[in-house]
Amino acid sequence: MTLVHNFPFFSILLCMAAGIFTSVLKQRAAKALTFAVVAAVLVLSALTLRLTLTLEDAYAFMMGHFPAPWGNEIRIGRLEALMATGFSAVMLISLIAGMWHTPTVVSEQKVNLYCIMIDLALAAVLVLIYTNDLFTVYVFIEIMTIASCALVVVRQNGHTLVAITRYMIMHLFASGLLLMGIAMLYGITGHLLMVPLHDAVAHIVQTGEHMGPLTVVIGLITAGLTIKSAMFPFHGWAPDTYAFAPPLSSAILSGIISKSYIFVLIKFFYRVIGMDVIVSQQITPFLFVCGVSGMIIGSILAISQRDIRRMIAYSSVAQIGYIYMGLGIGTDAGVEAALFQMLVHAAVKSLLFLSAYELINVSGDRKRFRYLHGAGYRNVPAGIVFTIAAMSMVGIPFTGGFIVKLNLAISGIAMGGWMRALVLIALALSTLLNSVYFLHTVVSIYRKPTQEMEYPQVQKTPPHVAAALFVSALFIIYLGVGSEPILRVIETGLRTFS
Amino acid sequence: MWQLLYENLEQTVAVILFGIGFSILLLQRNLIRKIIGLNIMDTAIYLFLASMGYIHGQKAPIVVDGITSTVAYINPVPAGLVLTGIVVSVSFTGIMLALTIRLYRRYHTLDIDEIALLARGEDA
Repeated sequence: MTLVHNFPFFSILLCMAAGIFTSVLKQRAAKALTFAVVAAVLVLSALTLRLTLTLEDAYAFMMGHFPAPWGNEIRIGRLEALMATGFSAVMLISLIAGMWHTPTVVSEQKVNLYCIMIDLALAAVLVLIYTNDLFTVYVFIEIMTIASCALVVVRQNGHTLVAITRYMIMHLFASGLLLMGIAMLYGITGHLLMVPLHDAVAHIVQTGEHMGPLTVVIGLITAGLTIKSAMFPFHGWAPDTYAFAPPLSSAILSGIISKSYIFVLIKFFYRVIGMDVIVSQQITPFLFVCGVSGMIIGSILAISQRDIRRMIAYSSVAQIGYIYMGLGIGTDAGVEAALFQMLVHAAVKSLLFLSAYELINVSGDRKRFRYLHGAGYRNVPAGIVFTIAAMSMVGIPFTGGFIVKLNLAISGIAMGGWMRALVLIALALSTLLNSVYFLHTVVSIYRKPTQEMEYPQVQKTPPHVAAALFVSALFIIYLGVGSEPILRVIETGLRTFS
Repeated sequence: MWQLLYENLEQTVAVILFGIGFSILLLQRNLIRKIIGLNIMDTAIYLFLASMGYIHGQKAPIVVDGITSTVAYINPVPAGLVLTGIVVSVSFTGIMLALTIRLYRRYHTLDIDEIALLARGEDA
């Protein structure tokens, strides 16, 4: 075992240690430490990815002194490493582009706490990506819920308080379902580590004994994780939370945190239950229907919004629908498309929230579309990156969104029957709806203001913020033109998953 | 059917309590009642877990008198899980109560629907 084999463990430990030290540091030092830690995690994850690409199979890393099947371990494969790299890159860019607004939304004494919560959220994301133990999943999902609650409620007005109360109620309900599911699964198998669990579940399926409880377990855990990731009929808490949070928190919550729940769900399907059992238990058609309805209804709701932040938040519901549609197709190709969409959407959605906030900022802090007229001229870099991100949302070629829709369509066509028709119709309809609201937004930020409106002079966007936004936009274009290697990593990674 | 439920009395009670808990959490409009519902729900899961680890006639898993045979003790893992779970639910109760205090100071009511209505009138 070389030094690089330890890097995933180091990156988790680094985030948690940084969270502790940040509380006693001065404000400037706390911010600097957070930046340094996120950058370090990015480097460590990238090195891990490079290592896993040379390895044939994933490897398990024992935590503590008890070997499997008793102890706790993390598992590092190329899919995990790719997700960790992608998410920490999005996190770093969001921090650079979003942190300079903290003085206006986060009060002076709370900056340290805000930094702690960012560290904790990243730690939880990394653990959920790497862990091989179902109870660790539960604990870190709870840590992530606490961290995201604090990230939102740091902006103190009535809307965020109401939104976060709704958020907490739904998430606590979902956590209850998840924990009940894990408890029942432990009851029928006697294991919590994913590898022995998988064998025990295979035995249950083979003998047919305890099949009823197993179905209940699958239902409970799937319900818990889909509520937490804002899948369509359970999305009620999401739009307000994303819309009224500080811009950096919106970017982190909708870009990264909601995706890690879905990654856990994919892990549960592949590594614990086995995808063939999930398909035979009729879970995938349910996810498929929810995904398709989310794509359409999320977009329709987004069109009816007059606040740009709520519009972006509702489009998030639609984009999560794409991921669940890919999962619901139930083949490896569909899940690969869903995983690629997770990466693309993480980059695009965080960029949309951050650049929209820049546009709002130059329009006198007003969020309605009619006040945003001409914002693209008042802040040129933000206008350009918003346009690129919107193009990816619509699915215009040479952006990541196009490759997602292409892959979803290909995996849908391979299915045949009603699913093929539904996939194609849903993709066509949702692309149409996406273009209605995103192109409308792009047109309205480049339109001349109709009446004379007073726009206050604001501080210009610092060059490093503009640079970070452009790097993210370039990343989206790279996902569109150079997606081949990433898709191959996802494909080979998923093959070693089960 | 009834025989089966009676044989697994703890689990049956736990599932009923779980249902009561989450119905209160989701359906009550009063925030304090919601928090109580949350606690009932979590406690039901701990009862479920703890009853699963208990083996009738065996002792708590602390080695005394040098007996190391596993047949002498109950399963310690569920107890560990319950302890972790209790810590989590205590911190969540704390957070929810803190949020409730903030909402009450601002709107002078505990009714979530009323609060949402009052908040809608504010500037975003």
